[in-house]
Amino acid sequence: MESSIALELERVYKTFTTDNTIVNALDDISLHISSGKVTGLIGPDGAGKTTLMRLVTSLLVPDKGKITVLGINALQEPLRVQSSVGYMPQRFGLYEDLTIQENLNFYADLQGVALTDRKSRYQELMHLTGLTHFTNRLAGKLSGGMKQKLGLACTLVHPPRLLILDEPTVGVDPVSRRELWSIIYRQVKKEGMSVLLSTAYLDEAERCDEVILMHQGKRLGQGTPQFFSQPLRGRVFHVTSPSISKRSLSIRLNSVSGIIDAIIEGEKVRIVTESESLPNLSEIFPDHSDLSIEAAEPIFEDAFIATLKDSQTTVVQPKNTLSKTSRDHSTASDVVIDVENLTRKFGDFVAVNDVSFHVTRGEIFGLLGANGAGKSTTFRMLCGLLTVTKGTVRIAGLDLRHASAEARGRIGYMAQHFSLYINLTVEQNLKFFASAYGLSRAQKKERIDWAISAFELTSYRNSISADLPLGFKQRLAMAAALMHEPDILFLDEPTSGVDPLARREFWQRINTLAESGVTVLVTTHFMDEANYCDRLVIMADGKVLAEGAPAEMKNRFRHPDQPDPTMEDVFIELIESNQNPKEKVA
Amino acid sequence: MNTFTKKRMRLMGMIRKESLQILRDPSSIAIAFVLPVILLLLFGYGVSLDAKGVRLATVVEQPDTNTTSLIGSFQQSEYFVPIVYNSIQEAEEALRSLKVDGIVWLRNDFSNRLLSRNNAPIGVYVNGVDANQARITEGYIQGVWQNWLLNYTHDQGQDLKIPVLLEPRIWFNAAVNSRYFLVPGLIAVIMTLIGAMLTSMVVAREWERGTMEALMVTPIHIREIVIGKLVPYFILGMGGMFLSVAMAVWLFDVPLRGSFWALTAASALFMMVALGMGLLISIVAKSQFVAGQVSIIVTFLPAFILSGFIFQISSMPDAIQFITHVIPARYFVAILQTLFLAGNIWPVILSNAAALLIMMFIFLGLVKRKARKQLD
Repeated sequence: MESSIALELERVYKTFTTDNTIVNALDDISLHISSGKVTGLIGPDGAGKTTLMRLVTSLLVPDKGKITVLGINALQEPLRVQSSVGYMPQRFGLYEDLTIQENLNFYADLQGVALTDRKSRYQELMHLTGLTHFTNRLAGKLSGGMKQKLGLACTLVHPPRLLILDEPTVGVDPVSRRELWSIIYRQVKKEGMSVLLSTAYLDEAERCDEVILMHQGKRLGQGTPQFFSQPLRGRVFHVTSPSISKRSLSIRLNSVSGIIDAIIEGEKVRIVTESESLPNLSEIFPDHSDLSIEAAEPIFEDAFIATLKDSQTTVVQPKNTLSKTSRDHSTASDVVIDVENLTRKFGDFVAVNDVSFHVTRGEIFGLLGANGAGKSTTFRMLCGLLTVTKGTVRIAGLDLRHASAEARGRIGYMAQHFSLYINLTVEQNLKFFASAYGLSRAQKKERIDWAISAFELTSYRNSISADLPLGFKQRLAMAAALMHEPDILFLDEPTSGVDPLARREFWQRINTLAESGVTVLVTTHFMDEANYCDRLVIMADGKVLAEGAPAEMKNRFRHPDQPDPTMEDVFIELIESNQNPKEKVA
Repeated sequence: MNTFTKKRMRLMGMIRKESLQILRDPSSIAIAFVLPVILLLLFGYGVSLDAKGVRLATVVEQPDTNTTSLIGSFQQSEYFVPIVYNSIQEAEEALRSLKVDGIVWLRNDFSNRLLSRNNAPIGVYVNGVDANQARITEGYIQGVWQNWLLNYTHDQGQDLKIPVLLEPRIWFNAAVNSRYFLVPGLIAVIMTLIGAMLTSMVVAREWERGTMEALMVTPIHIREIVIGKLVPYFILGMGGMFLSVAMAVWLFDVPLRGSFWALTAASALFMMVALGMGLLISIVAKSQFVAGQVSIIVTFLPAFILSGFIFQISSMPDAIQFITHVIPARYFVAILQTLFLAGNIWPVILSNAAALLIMMFIFLGLVKRKARKQLD
């Protein structure tokens, strides 16, 4: 029964009904994935990736269509399918109150691994995941990356023929991400395993043998990453200019017709054009003859954006009206946020350990780190939501301990997961936040009209917030945080869980805001987003590992065998050189 | 390895995992052992449905030997604390401001009417806000009054001309101590908490943390998941039951007149019913919050209110009485109260046990039908 096809879907449909609206999660999907390969399932939020995986694992039943997993009909023999595949759901449920060893034992019991085989298998998996020294630690006390590795080890306790991983690397630090990928490839090579995985990181698409691109429940294409990117050859360029900052360059390039995408990449701006002829840039940049444009190698991400922007009916291009007409530009060296020796303990646990940095007016300042590095805790202290164990925080010259209310009035805060009232409409939410900030009736009306037009929420004005697409929820949350025209904007993981398209759009808005003089403090676990920041700190285990501009940091780690380091390389080197020797992978 | 060994390995793994989680989770231990102790102490010491020390206003408009002797009877009773008021207006004011719970009013013609007709009326006011308390107080006042009247006529060398005279004799709980029926009934409430609420919340936690999804895509059978959950919580629930029985017997001196083994068997049966309800709730409720709310409304409150644990079922309106038939705790409370206070009255025990058995088959049958390794 061993065939070269590990999984086959034939004309599969799946709909969900919520509150009288029917969602076509999967709309006539046919595909097959080959044995012994790593296939990536890629698409924006709501594309139907998780639904597809749940259908394949017989956790859901399709409305129509046929699913064959390893030669087994998934509709007729669901238990056999579930017994022969390994599946790691999005939030792999580890039993947090059990130790690593107990979690492994449990899954070995379930998978029927013979007692005699266990010892060697455990040793191998613990060695692979670098968890050998922690087998007696409770799973709940592991870092995000370690948890994910343990989850993978549990699914591999009995090597499955088909491994299905739903966003295995989301929120995981780059070091652990790299390790996860190497474990996966090892299994493919050694055991001849087939792997289907979904990911939100477009750079990971390049690591897959094959990619399936999904959008709105449909399969847009399938092939090698190069299959997708090659058609874009000759349409991708790097633009630099010594006289214009990369941020304003990207803002301006985005408004050029004929340019599909313009993003900051390293110290350059990467653009994707509609056709092979470069649009005339001299119209937009008449006074800058020093633009240098060079061709760049297309990557999967370019193809992804180009394909999706094509299939999207409305082209989202944030208007340039975010900025207030006149903002008092004080001197550039004006320190707005001053953090000194900030420490926060929860019992014995030191969440934030002696953190110091300062942010000047109009800067985009980033806090970069994996989940659990202490970014959110730092943030909550800066906003006055958590008391400080030790150290001082001064916001716009005000000590948060003594004048927290006054300081808070100048801050806009967008919490992780967008704190909106999901059963209110868009307009009601805005009204509420305007009242909460104590705006007058006239001001309220003006700001709500501004928010609706600047964030292009007109068509959703009377929609219930819960029904908004994620990207629009994010826009609304940001609009709410800006109702009182704050000088300082705090954004806690604003792009977490948001698909690449919405992420781009979001950063364009942030760039525009910063250009108008608003100071932005942002946390993120996406390494590539560090390039949008003027300066940043890299955090791990509650400590600051490095501070500086992205270019500075990259220069520091530039050496012969790494001539052009990315932010991710910087992060990995920093983590490895700072790692506690005991925790270091053997 | 044959399929049987694998099956046993899966089931044992499931039970081992569940037991470890119970041991490490303070909230499981709290619900199984701390909560029963608190509830038992609360109901054993704090709550009493007996009327004792009722503050009684006495108004005597024309004191003489008869009135003094009658008021004296109230003073001697352990149920009353008489407080003397000079006028009915003052006494009414005291009742209104909740200084007293009732009034006994002896008008100025009391002795005259007593002499002429041997039966003088007394005025009685009772605060009826708490109907139960009021009825008991009223009964006690009547009792004292009748007793006094009996003595009075006897002293006069006459027979009391009351057509029928009650001669109450109370069985099973001769001292009419409410603790004696509250404490056994409480065992039903405690076991409902462990069986239904704790179990449904534990399963919901697996849904919330995503462990259920991972668990489902393994060779495990759904019945192995169900049995793996049943066994540890069954043991936990029986532990809670033995603790409660021990406290009832040794701390509160509640007599256990029936067989201990019958009690154990009936409890095991009820535990299965409660677990069945818990698992059924967990199939519908996929978050701990919802599971907690649903199990409180569907299992805990009915076990508290409609089981006959506090409120007599026979004194409920017919419609409500009808509803109590679907409350499993009702049958278990009947068994508990019988076994503790009356003894091995087999017809009562067996008929109630039969009802529990039927319910167990219904709930576990529904669990078997509804539980499947699927998300929708």
